[in-house]
Amino acid sequence: MTTSTPKPTVATVWLDGCSGCHMSLMDLDERLITLAGLVEVLHSPVVDQKQFPQQVDVTLVEGAVSSEEDLHKALIIRARSKLVVALGDCAVTGNVPAMRNYFDRSDLFARAYVENAQEPPTPAERQVALPVVGVPPLRPHATALHEVIKVDMFLPGCPPPADAIWYVLTEILAGRTPATTTVSGFGR
Amino acid sequence: MNTFTDVEIESITLRIDDKDVSCRKGETVLQVARENGIDIPTLCYMEGLTVWGGCRLCMVEIAGFPKLQAACATVCTEGMNISTNSPRLENYRRIIVELLLAERNHVCSVCVSNGHCELQAMAIKLGIDHVRFAYRFPHLDVDNSHDRMRMDHNRCILCSRCVRVCAEIEGAHTKDIKGRGVLAAIIHDLDQNWGESETCTSCGKCVNICPTGALTHRGTAVGEMTKKTMFLPYLTLMREAQP
Repeated sequence: MTTSTPKPTVATVWLDGCSGCHMSLMDLDERLITLAGLVEVLHSPVVDQKQFPQQVDVTLVEGAVSSEEDLHKALIIRARSKLVVALGDCAVTGNVPAMRNYFDRSDLFARAYVENAQEPPTPAERQVALPVVGVPPLRPHATALHEVIKVDMFLPGCPPPADAIWYVLTEILAGRTPATTTVSGFGR
Repeated sequence: MNTFTDVEIESITLRIDDKDVSCRKGETVLQVARENGIDIPTLCYMEGLTVWGGCRLCMVEIAGFPKLQAACATVCTEGMNISTNSPRLENYRRIIVELLLAERNHVCSVCVSNGHCELQAMAIKLGIDHVRFAYRFPHLDVDNSHDRMRMDHNRCILCSRCVRVCAEIEGAHTKDIKGRGVLAAIIHDLDQNWGESETCTSCGKCVNICPTGALTHRGTAVGEMTKKTMFLPYLTLMREAQP
């Protein structure tokens, strides 16, 4: 297929989520082939390109903003994307990742790496048991994407059904604003 | 003594959303609207229980009134001209539901009432795709002390339907509300564990009337908690039929 104008570019990003929204995207099934003809997917967990591209038309973001790395990525996404879509409940509300927000971070670490450790560390080993090298610092709260950057469109759902993702993508490509709550909602 | 035929039934005529309607004296705007197929959203209102007027979702515009009025608590008067839907009302209703979602910890995806929740359904109905207010993430308790039922304060919207059904229909008045504002919470007896309550009859009416997953049966998993509310109109009818 030859086109005179370049195809719109799309990126998808996976922050603090379970990848379920990307699984739902994969559930587009044969429509993925149609989609590949309509857009250029520049960056995604299913694409090799590791760096976020310099400019993208539409970026779908799955997951809450939980770590400093998530925040860093979110700011880059915003700066380089024309349209940012919060994909699924974690990006829209914080959802399950935000359930840790009722607890203090030190209590969380103690629970995960000390109390529930297979071989609980001795008090002397306690500090060593906590992961600090090679992992991004956890922010005090996991938050919805729109609490850190401007989000242009919200598609709630846990996960949003494939049909809802297809509807939103095709509406955007047609230059229309999708009515997202007609096809998905919190928790559904 | 008056017999039924001697009683003069006073009829009132009014306009709701440009529709001429009539009703009996004493009926509320909400009742008359619903009798005429006009939908006004509510969360705390429950036919058969006393009017609470707490959720403020049923606010309507009445010509000549500078302030919005709660349809559930406003008795119709002759010649009223009521508007139940306008961009202003829609905006306020959306704000109310968003504030409810931000106030406590409503995580639909892992809730036993997912798919059967009046708050979730209301959010979808009002076209809420995200919450514009900062979530509070309060640390709230789950009362697991009752052997058959559970109270999860994270999911409570303080509609007080459980308090009213317990006091007015079951006659136990085990539940009530303590505190004010964001510190308000449902309590049992003198703020004891539910399982230790001496007045609770374990009838389960509160569970079935709760609009969210705050009151549930134990042993339900995500999306499994369906509520049965038909007992209320039935019991109300029985009560009214008594001489």
